[in-house]
Amino acid sequence: MTNAGRFFETLDTLGYGFYTGVPCSLAKDLFKVLETERADRYVPAVREDVAIGIAAGSWLAGRKPVVIMQNSGLGVCANALASLNAIYEIPALLVVTWRGHLGKDAPEHLVMGEITEPLLRTLGIQALILEADHIEAQVCEADRLAAARPAAILVRKGIFS
Amino acid sequence: MKSIEAVRALAERAGDAVIIACNGLETRELFATRDRPGNFYMIGSMGLASGIGLGVALSKPDRRVVVLDGDGNLLMALGALANVGASRAENFTHIVLDNHAYASTGGQLTVSGEIALDEVAKACGYPWIGLGLGGLDQALRAKGPAFLLIEVEPGFVEGLPRMEIPPPALAARFKREASK
Repeated sequence: MTNAGRFFETLDTLGYGFYTGVPCSLAKDLFKVLETERADRYVPAVREDVAIGIAAGSWLAGRKPVVIMQNSGLGVCANALASLNAIYEIPALLVVTWRGHLGKDAPEHLVMGEITEPLLRTLGIQALILEADHIEAQVCEADRLAAARPAAILVRKGIFS
Repeated sequence: MKSIEAVRALAERAGDAVIIACNGLETRELFATRDRPGNFYMIGSMGLASGIGLGVALSKPDRRVVVLDGDGNLLMALGALANVGASRAENFTHIVLDNHAYASTGGQLTVSGEIALDEVAKACGYPWIGLGLGGLDQALRAKGPAFLLIEVEPGFVEGLPRMEIPPPALAARFKREASK
């Protein structure tokens, strides 16, 4: 099974049934599955903070949401994560691709790549770095971290691309 | 017309619809008018009312979802209108109180006086568009996404209480109601 297949299968067993976000080439395998096999559960959002709002609404209606975005979108989401998710205690599982990891990427990704982990820490969001060998266990761990507040899975190049 | 009159009319006629009120005067006036478990009051995350409402509407297609929005909020995340229109969510009703101002920060002007927000919604794919409070009952029943733009006077009632429910308790209360 592909990494994307293992990822979605684990999310299924954990009860996740609502997906939104903004694409990144590092997550293209995930978006391919969402656009083909799961279009009924996927809302392509116009912006990452709008995706956070849509996900919050789905959680308020009883669903478990996943939000997929590039780390550039984390900056867009800072206020939504602080003044919606944090203060109302609305969880979401964030899948954040890590452009600029280790400083090896196009210039526009270098600054955000360097501050991705500190930014998540500042926002009080626990994060783990996904390893292809441990997808199932790490998704289960991220689900535990996301019980009452958002938690993030960081995705480097090569796992879903 | 004062915005509180539109809020009162909505509170009276909403039936079992859930209402997402954007931060600012909408939340304060709805809370002061008629608090109920089906109301979600935003106190931050300006611009996201339509996104939150869309998430509820797509998850509960048999429940009418009303987003009580303002011009400042709408303009802040104007792109979200495209998401709502593209969703074809038939149970979604968007009510926008347009006072052309950021009321809760002192009445500074927004740019809504220069923009035909109803035409923006139409271009984004909302199949039902209405103007004025007279369209309220129809907007609440229309096959949506429906968009009702209501022009209101600037300013709001002095001395309105702030929404005093602790946010986590409010979210849990709304979730119980909206999950039914």
